[in-house]
Amino acid sequence: MANARDIGVGEGRARFWARMGIYAILVLAALYFLIPLVVMVLTSVKSMADIRTGNLISLPTAITFKPWTEAWGKACIGASCEGVKPYFWNSIKITVPAVTISTLIGAANGYVFSKWRFGGSELLFSLLLVGCFIPFQVILLPMASTLGRLGLSQSIIGLIFVHIVYGLCFTTLFFRNYYVNLPDELIKAARIDGAGFFRIFWRIILPLSAPIFVVSIIWQTTQIWNDFLFGVVFSTGQNQPVTVALNNLVNTSTGVKNYNVDMAAAIIAALPTLVVYLAAGKYFMRGLTAGSVKG
Amino acid sequence: MASLTIKDARKTFGKVEVLKGIDIDVASGEFLVLVGPSGCGKSTLLNLIAGLESISSGEIRIGDRVVNHVSPKDRDIAMVFQSYALYPNMNVRKNISFGLETRKTPQAEIDKIVTSVAKTLQIEELLDRKPKQLSGGQRQRVAMGRALARNPDVFLFDEPLSNLDAKLRVEMRTEIKLLHQRIGTTIVYVTHDQIEAMTLADRIAVMKDGIVQQLDTPRNVYENPVNRFVAGFIGSPSMNFIPCRVTAQDGQPSLVLANDTGTAYSLSPARWTEALTGRMEKQVILGLRPEHITEEAPGSNGDAEARLRIESTVRVVEPTGPDTLVMVPFNDIEVTCRVHPGAARKPGEPMPLTVDLSKAILFDPETETRLQ
Repeated sequence: MANARDIGVGEGRARFWARMGIYAILVLAALYFLIPLVVMVLTSVKSMADIRTGNLISLPTAITFKPWTEAWGKACIGASCEGVKPYFWNSIKITVPAVTISTLIGAANGYVFSKWRFGGSELLFSLLLVGCFIPFQVILLPMASTLGRLGLSQSIIGLIFVHIVYGLCFTTLFFRNYYVNLPDELIKAARIDGAGFFRIFWRIILPLSAPIFVVSIIWQTTQIWNDFLFGVVFSTGQNQPVTVALNNLVNTSTGVKNYNVDMAAAIIAALPTLVVYLAAGKYFMRGLTAGSVKG
Repeated sequence: MASLTIKDARKTFGKVEVLKGIDIDVASGEFLVLVGPSGCGKSTLLNLIAGLESISSGEIRIGDRVVNHVSPKDRDIAMVFQSYALYPNMNVRKNISFGLETRKTPQAEIDKIVTSVAKTLQIEELLDRKPKQLSGGQRQRVAMGRALARNPDVFLFDEPLSNLDAKLRVEMRTEIKLLHQRIGTTIVYVTHDQIEAMTLADRIAVMKDGIVQQLDTPRNVYENPVNRFVAGFIGSPSMNFIPCRVTAQDGQPSLVLANDTGTAYSLSPARWTEALTGRMEKQVILGLRPEHITEEAPGSNGDAEARLRIESTVRVVEPTGPDTLVMVPFNDIEVTCRVHPGAARKPGEPMPLTVDLSKAILFDPETETRLQ
């Protein structure tokens, strides 16, 4: 690591001002990203009176967590007034299976594409990649009609299905690129030792996949939890995920717009992905840059 | 242990024919080394024997069985790879026993085999470590242990010493040789290092461009190479190839060696006459190993062929310790001579030399095959 003191940027005075300039830009950028969060947090603990009389970044006169309990259990979303709690659980019911299944299938796909070349495997992989880059809006109608035919329209299972399918291209890509760096000789040695396709996957490949599992799980969790488009199109009413519910909450107002409740609900909706990044973010970077395995 | 027979083996990748008809018979218990430059097909041939690649045409037999379509795990072979290919998530004990587990060997027997293999290779105290906690030499031993535990008919080694430092390489080479003496299994060993080939092999197969150039004992490959490639590949420093013209000298066809000061030496030993007649005024390549061009030997000049005296000016001197290599010009090329360190002259000085022509080999310049 280069010592900041040793990086010569100009001499004496000029170096000092250059350093100040860099810090100023960094602080401004940080503020730009943080201020919305600060506003949200402050607003969510203020009473409506404080909001009316203060400005966006004024401190509350008294901190109240009433907006939070209301957002969680009492706010009216559309016709029902149960807060975001049921929709929060919907999101969990959607995210956990979708992340797990798309990650596992992605691992198997990546294993096949990287270690067992078969006729047409490169073509198949390219087609899969093309699928990654199709804008999701393009497939809304075909997917809706497919779900209808499968009898899954407007259901949670249908939504899980959609997320699995559209997560597959990313997870396959992650795992394939990771497994390509595992030495082929490992597979050869295992074949000579008598292991077949599944035993090699189970006993050798999977135990070595921890970094990329973390990457895939974090990525998929973020994508699926934060998704709005599929949620709003492929689910309805009580089946909706928390992102859609949030939108409905903000648009449901009987007279007064309760900004503090809205802010609290938004933070509740964002909390899981925030927690995932805080807890496992460094493993994400480590997993992405994990090199080949020695020995 | 079993014999290995390869009959007219060919392998094509797409349009490229990598192996062009290989015929090799390995006797049971023999140590065969496949040696050659990069890209000659030796690793491909090893993969064919192992069953990791399918043979395009030809036949491979282990013992009496034709194994062309038998999968690797049923061929009763074991392989040691250049990068050892140890399973990183398992400790040494599990690495060694993995192959036995997949074959559903009872646990008691597995434990017995692992203990005996660990003792043979002196890795008993490493059994609970993971590969990343081992040094290169230790990993290599574990890889060999994994192969040993399987007690196969044929051992395959794919450049196992290439990743080790020079000193360790020499030590492990001796260990592999001792192992072969002790267990006596048939071994096929691939390397690009001709010294490894010479020291380890019962027989060497020198390969180039998918064809076996010569299959013979190390001594024969060294002393009687069949073509210029084999002669130049085996032996370090490499054999000198001096282009000479065939002229008539006293009615005998002879070769001329001219040094840089204009002195010309005429070489016409009797055993060359047959090969040189019919090539008058044409070129041949004279092959002489550096150790056959030494300092002036005192004493009799009786055997003219074995003790031809020549002299040239020293260009470069390279002391290696036991000998000194001296480069002198003849026929406009630099010829390497191996002399006693005390006898080497300095660059620019004339160096008297003695040539042992009885060991010289003649090559045709176009076909590059040996002439006599």
